[in-house]
Amino acid sequence: MANVAVPSGKTVPLRIPVREIVPWAVFAAVLGLALLYFVGAEQGATSIISGSTVHEFVHDGRHLLGFPCH
Amino acid sequence: MMRTLLIRGMLVGLAAAALAYVVAWFLGEPQVALAISFEEAKAAATGEVHEHEVFSRTVQETFGLITALVVYGVAFGGLFSIAFAFAHGRIGDFRPRTTAALVALVGFAVIYVVPFLKYPPNPPAVGSEDTIGSRTTLYVTLILLSLLTTAVALYAGRRLAPRLGGWNAALAAVGVFAVIIGIIYAVMPEVNEVPGDFSATVLWRFRLASLAIQLTVWGTLGLLFGGLTDRVLGRRAGVPTAVSV
Repeated sequence: MANVAVPSGKTVPLRIPVREIVPWAVFAAVLGLALLYFVGAEQGATSIISGSTVHEFVHDGRHLLGFPCH
Repeated sequence: MMRTLLIRGMLVGLAAAALAYVVAWFLGEPQVALAISFEEAKAAATGEVHEHEVFSRTVQETFGLITALVVYGVAFGGLFSIAFAFAHGRIGDFRPRTTAALVALVGFAVIYVVPFLKYPPNPPAVGSEDTIGSRTTLYVTLILLSLLTTAVALYAGRRLAPRLGGWNAALAAVGVFAVIIGIIYAVMPEVNEVPGDFSATVLWRFRLASLAIQLTVWGTLGLLFGGLTDRVLGRRAGVPTAVSV
């Protein structure tokens, strides 16, 4: 502990370096947005898969989680 | 480190979904059922032919709802852990569980409460199929604007912190956020498609149920993730550069 960067004796919370977070952030964002799209909007506002199977299956969740529906 | 946090976030999201299902079952589903019977009574009165059901109500209120909540919980659990990683040690000298609770509070307010107040959730039988496109666009736009406003408020708070101190800078940031959101509310178009004869009680209880479900999700994310991370990260606080894997 000879060259501690902090001048006072106060403890500083551990910071996770941004460069370590970024790749995981990209991964979580892509995965998360794809998942949320299927719960929130697929076969409602827009459709990738035809029909209404996805919409009908997640129907109650879509309403109760607050997404616009019908 | 980051890998562990992300996996933990997604698992906590799973737990959040389980708790949210209990809340949804007792508070939400009764109101959904009442709204559907209103819809059916109306369809019967106008002599409308009943649509063929893809899934039974039983499937919708069990597997369907559970799937939706799990997907939502895991997605936001992962995103929450990322937000936590960025926030920890950068928004103030807080221990992990405090950072996690603050991030969850902000996430709940920014992603759910802000859009909720302008475009509240509606039960079945409320909302026209013809406007689903524009309503979804407005809803998503408001969430994105809310996130953008948060970034502006955070920036303002960080700039003001050295002069005002942490607490007052945070209050100023909340003030900046409220003013910008107020302007956005005023500018964005209103949506109201509630039929005149729809039960006000059902509508109110449905919206409260939705709020309770989201509060459960975000509350679990913040408190459970915080508690678990505090035990691991908390002990290592005070070692500024000791980041391994």
